[in-house]
Amino acid sequence: MGLRENDTRLVIQELGQNALLLTLGERIDAVLSRQAQALARHFAKAGLAGLVDVVPAFASVTLHFDPDVRIMRSRIRALALAALSNRSDTEAGDATPRIVTLPVTYGGDAGIDLESLARFANLDPDTVVARHVAQEYEVAMLGFLPGFAYLMGLDPALAMPRHATPRARVPAGSVAIGGAQTGIYPSDAPGGWQLIGRTDAEMFNASAASPALLSPGDRVRFRAVKSGKSR
Amino acid sequence: MIEILHAGLLTTVQDRGRPGFRHLGVSPGGAADGDALRLANLLVDNHPAAAVLEFTLTGAAMRFRREALLAVCGSIEIECDGELFQSWRTLRVRRGSTLRLGRVVAGARAYLAIAGGIDVPLVLGSRSTDLRGRFGGYLGRALRAGDRVAAGCATARARRLLARRLHESRRACVAAPWWVTPPDDLEGDYTFLHLLDATHSRGLDRASIRRATHGEWLVSAASDRMGVRFDGVELAFERPPELVSAGTAPGTVQLPPDGRPIVLGVDAQTTGGYPRIAHVIAADLPRLMQLRPGHRVQVVRVTREAAAIAWLARQRTLARMSEAIAGRLSVGES
Repeated sequence: MGLRENDTRLVIQELGQNALLLTLGERIDAVLSRQAQALARHFAKAGLAGLVDVVPAFASVTLHFDPDVRIMRSRIRALALAALSNRSDTEAGDATPRIVTLPVTYGGDAGIDLESLARFANLDPDTVVARHVAQEYEVAMLGFLPGFAYLMGLDPALAMPRHATPRARVPAGSVAIGGAQTGIYPSDAPGGWQLIGRTDAEMFNASAASPALLSPGDRVRFRAVKSGKSR
Repeated sequence: MIEILHAGLLTTVQDRGRPGFRHLGVSPGGAADGDALRLANLLVDNHPAAAVLEFTLTGAAMRFRREALLAVCGSIEIECDGELFQSWRTLRVRRGSTLRLGRVVAGARAYLAIAGGIDVPLVLGSRSTDLRGRFGGYLGRALRAGDRVAAGCATARARRLLARRLHESRRACVAAPWWVTPPDDLEGDYTFLHLLDATHSRGLDRASIRRATHGEWLVSAASDRMGVRFDGVELAFERPPELVSAGTAPGTVQLPPDGRPIVLGVDAQTTGGYPRIAHVIAADLPRLMQLRPGHRVQVVRVTREAAAIAWLARQRTLARMSEAIAGRLSVGES
């Protein structure tokens, strides 16, 4: 089946001489994210000469090529359209997604912004935690830092803009909210998201066979643990 | 074995980088000036992608616990036991001698290759230091005083060259009588970058387009391996595009809301959401990463075809230099 009118709009843009950005839209939602993931899987398996990186994001896939190969743009367009027309692959997502449950200590030193986020949301902190653990999240993409997963599915009541001035150091394992998204800092890093808790789960280990704990398409649940008991 | 006596501002182990892991959020990284990396390695008969030390604005003081064949590429002060040396050539240091690399006098970065390469574990296929992820290189961090860095196994030719030169002299350090001419002239504080149009170039307002191409861009002190930031030019969109985070590439010129362009460097985040107003052509990326705070830059818009030709020309120049070095090394051996 081909692409219908009003269906996904595939736009291919050059990112300099050695990369192509394939965008499907400019919004964050589960449908576009799953299409981007399916597109990325398709290109990762396509065996294109000189293709070194395939990077799925919220609503796009970026293809990075070796500088000495010629990028065949028309071939890539044809491959992308073929992948997108395979609806069973792009719309259902993974039929049996992996579910990862992360133990989180909320509030206190582990989540120094929980109180201010609760005030911002006009909720008490316990309700913020209850709503944060109630959702099942879906990993849209990895980016920002090695192993940093952007999660979709945050309760809109918990959305809060990031800090105007990022903190110089956010501790590894921090569970945070930035705008309408939530995520986990995999390593100590500067960051502007609102910190509501911390997990001891190892989000990224460069020496492991599978370095990132989470992959696009995975489902994530948070489980509240009492301070000090997550170990 | 190299003992670090004084590490300088930011000294890291870098090789060609680790492409192939961007989907995990891992930047390819690697030597900021990939051409200097390649030439430094060739001068000591290493594989062109072997790991080297990268110095930022200042060098380091190092004691060599074994004799070593070295090459320094980039424009940096070099001193060994009271004698001054020039970069872009091979140096032989005697066991126990101390090499002091001072200021980077032109450009922002310099490289030290040692025959055999810097020997640190491969992480995700590379020996490069990922400073943000804190892995790779030497314990995932910049070098400090007291660190000891090992060198790998030099080629038989490198070992013969080393033995031959050192026996001719009693000095602590001996320089080869020949050198290579650097591919980029980094002297002075004024240079140019060739830019390709990008998705959002046309969205800039008219005055901004004029300012971008007629004015000078001033390199900001906040520049690093992640990105070269510019002051002195403020640009604005007619209507700023609303974007969600997507993949990024080195050389992309992003325009954040404050209107001051950032050109993504080798350690840039793998994804980002700022509008893209241009891309620095591939042939100019090594020079981009050599820009230092205070440098003034004139940007020049070029076509896709001109960018492709510039890349080919650059590769031809490097291939010619590589051949010349290989020739010199085999003559030096005979």
